[in-house]
Amino acid sequence: MISLEVNGEKYNFDVGPDTPLLWVLRETLGLTGTKYGCGMALCGACTVHVDGEAIRSCVTPVSSVNGKRITTIEGIGKTIEGKAIQEAWISDDVPQCGYCQSGQIMAAVALLKRNPKPTDLEIDGTMGEILCRCGTYQRVRRAIHRAAKKMAKGVKR
Amino acid sequence: MREIIHLSRRSFLKNGMSVGGGLILGFYLVPWGSLGGASNPLGASFMPNAFIRIGTDDIITIIVNKSEMGQGVYTSLPMLVAEELEVDWTKIQVEAAPVDSAYNHTQWGVQGTGGSTSVWSEWDRLRRAGATARMMLVKAAADIWKVDPANCRAEKGFVIQKTTGQRISYGKLVEKASQMKVPKDVPLKEPKEFKVIGKPKKRLDTPEKTNGKAIFGIDAKVPGMLTALVARSPVFGGKVKSYNAQKAKVIPGVKEVVQIDSGIAVIAESFWSANKGREALEIVWDEGPLATLSTSGMRGQYMNLAKTPGAVAKKTGNPESALSKAAKQLKVEYEVPYLAHACMEPLNCLVDLRTDHCEIWTGTQMQTMDRNAAARVAGLKPEQVKIHTTFLGGGFGRRANPQSDFVAEAVSVAKVVKKPVKVIWTREDDMKGGYYRPMWYDRISAGLDDQGNLIAWQHTIVGQSILSGTPFDPKGDVDPASVEGAKEIPYEIPNILVDLHSPKIGVPVQWWRSVGHSHTAFVVESFIDELANAADRDPFEFRRKLLGKHPRHKGVLEHAAQKAGWGKPLPKGHGRGIAVHESFGSFVAQVAEVSVNPTGEVRVHKVVCAIDCGRIVNPDTIKAQMESGIVFGLSAVLHGEITFRNGRVEQSNFNDYPLLRMNEMPVVEVYIVPSGEKSGGVGEPGVPPIAPAVCNAIFAVTGKRIRFLPIRSEDLKKG
Repeated sequence: MISLEVNGEKYNFDVGPDTPLLWVLRETLGLTGTKYGCGMALCGACTVHVDGEAIRSCVTPVSSVNGKRITTIEGIGKTIEGKAIQEAWISDDVPQCGYCQSGQIMAAVALLKRNPKPTDLEIDGTMGEILCRCGTYQRVRRAIHRAAKKMAKGVKR
Repeated sequence: MREIIHLSRRSFLKNGMSVGGGLILGFYLVPWGSLGGASNPLGASFMPNAFIRIGTDDIITIIVNKSEMGQGVYTSLPMLVAEELEVDWTKIQVEAAPVDSAYNHTQWGVQGTGGSTSVWSEWDRLRRAGATARMMLVKAAADIWKVDPANCRAEKGFVIQKTTGQRISYGKLVEKASQMKVPKDVPLKEPKEFKVIGKPKKRLDTPEKTNGKAIFGIDAKVPGMLTALVARSPVFGGKVKSYNAQKAKVIPGVKEVVQIDSGIAVIAESFWSANKGREALEIVWDEGPLATLSTSGMRGQYMNLAKTPGAVAKKTGNPESALSKAAKQLKVEYEVPYLAHACMEPLNCLVDLRTDHCEIWTGTQMQTMDRNAAARVAGLKPEQVKIHTTFLGGGFGRRANPQSDFVAEAVSVAKVVKKPVKVIWTREDDMKGGYYRPMWYDRISAGLDDQGNLIAWQHTIVGQSILSGTPFDPKGDVDPASVEGAKEIPYEIPNILVDLHSPKIGVPVQWWRSVGHSHTAFVVESFIDELANAADRDPFEFRRKLLGKHPRHKGVLEHAAQKAGWGKPLPKGHGRGIAVHESFGSFVAQVAEVSVNPTGEVRVHKVVCAIDCGRIVNPDTIKAQMESGIVFGLSAVLHGEITFRNGRVEQSNFNDYPLLRMNEMPVVEVYIVPSGEKSGGVGEPGVPPIAPAVCNAIFAVTGKRIRFLPIRSEDLKKG
């Protein structure tokens, strides 16, 4: 029996212990916002947060995160950083096909949590792990700066 | 997402109609993503034509017949309708069209998305659809008020009586408007009257692409659905000789193992079980005639072919004699590799096949052909097959497969399983699955006279035909897709020969974003640069002088050069390269700024891009598509190659088929050159110029000429 807290909800279920968290989220729990792209932690489309840390769910056996707190794209808007990022994404019209964007957003949120005012180089360092075939990189960079600025203003208040 | 509305196409195309009262069946619309389904779909609505539905709740649903694969058609096409319909943009929703001839491509005669054609091919039809609906709504209001329709105008979803200022919303006119006759004479706005077209609009699909709600093919599900993975031959054209499924069948969750045409399908309760089941299969393959195929072998064959005359694609003057008289001659070879589309969403297709009908959920660019292929495999009539087009996690041509490979195969699995089944391709399956951009080999020569004028040009192209065997096959000696961009070079050269060899190799090839241009622009624009250097001229000025008869090429070239500060000093170790190319009715010039470090690694710092795509619809989409095309092209020029050894594709995933990453992303500036010409495409034209612009910049900074893609750092290493 595996127990997870996903986006604030508790789930208990039976599944093969080596099943990657990605497929548990997508198939067992029906949360399809997290995407399969490579299955080898090469593209980052499957990025989710485990206890606040960004991880690649496609190579994470579900048994290794038993009992942990998971946040996915479906729940990230409830966090301050998540909301700021989603709004910035809309302002800059970042997505094209959109398939990689859950991973982009989850990685960007984790970055802002760790580093509220990242430089271009720091953004590239983290976001370089998330592939986008449509080439939205320039807008991703711009939107992260926009979200960081907006959050900084929020803090001053 | 399975909610459906039945409508009669014939009746709604002839007359406006109300949907509430139970009408003839035979046609249905599937709400799309979270935007669909909210517009009171089963209540009364006004559907003046196949593209518009207005609900009593004032929601305007635009039914889009093009697949949204990132290029922004779910925004740009509604803009065409909205311009004439006079609506409140915030009330617009989008739905994917079902498969029906009403939604056929205006030029192709089948339903599909590709060739950078969506906006220009719908330019008239969708504006007319909007204007027709507006006129019927205005007439309905005028009838209610008992005034002349000329005394009414439409604005933001309301009909307003000019004299009294009285207003009534479209939603309140639904029933009345449905009784109006469809007008025959529908005048359209002049461009100077446009309020929506040409103004930046935020994409309608962005919110759901930021919160996980957007539904792609891989996300589709139906009750009782199983998941299948297929073990396909490691060599193209290979067949299963024998197999043993014992070990696969004991994997928990595996339901069935079946042989189909393309290989062995493992059907399971989950992806992971299917994956483990497939790993446990023991298969002996009859690898067929391609078992010894290798890239090096192909190269040798192509090199030899290039030395012989091919089918003539273009001949002007007498290039051979002009070449022999030239004061200076250049003769070189270029080569580009097979490339995979590598869409972020691997191929997949969900099929629910019943005895008398079949429903398919997938991200496809080719609905009619896929529907027909599915019907053929299922043994049904095409009208018994429904395709639900989801969002596409990238297409780039791959999801417009001329053999409907991923759809037909999924139907063949469903046929055996007799349960709804989703076939998922892993990344490796997708990468090794074929239908690549062809490998091409070019032998090209040119002559300059003693003044440095370009007097002769001879270009032999070798590569597999993309169109051969597809419905677009012109059946001549020359596949136009192989020579596009090479045949119609814009530079003024008195003597030209372009010829072609299309060897039959057996590797499945397909259109890959910008098709033939992805290769010809690299060769032509690199070679022009070589000639400028040989003539001791500035590469920008050399091109400009030869573009006298092509003002739109010249316009974007000058624009890009000026914005990039062509000729102005750069940081030490940086160089600029320029390229210009016409494709899909649009003209694009790019200036790349590049540096190369001592180990030969290339860094692209900045790309300045100028596009003339004629009349524009959504300027922000155009900019996004240029950014996108540049990144797509950079992945190819810096990293992309699919190679063969012992008949097998050597690449498998993003470790050995790398895509551009954010740390490699240059600053991209895009400038739209104003134009009143007919709209061209924007999805593809950003791709072709980037490879030559980068390689020309590398030459400027290192003096080394790249004629063999992708760029290899060992070729550029110092010392």
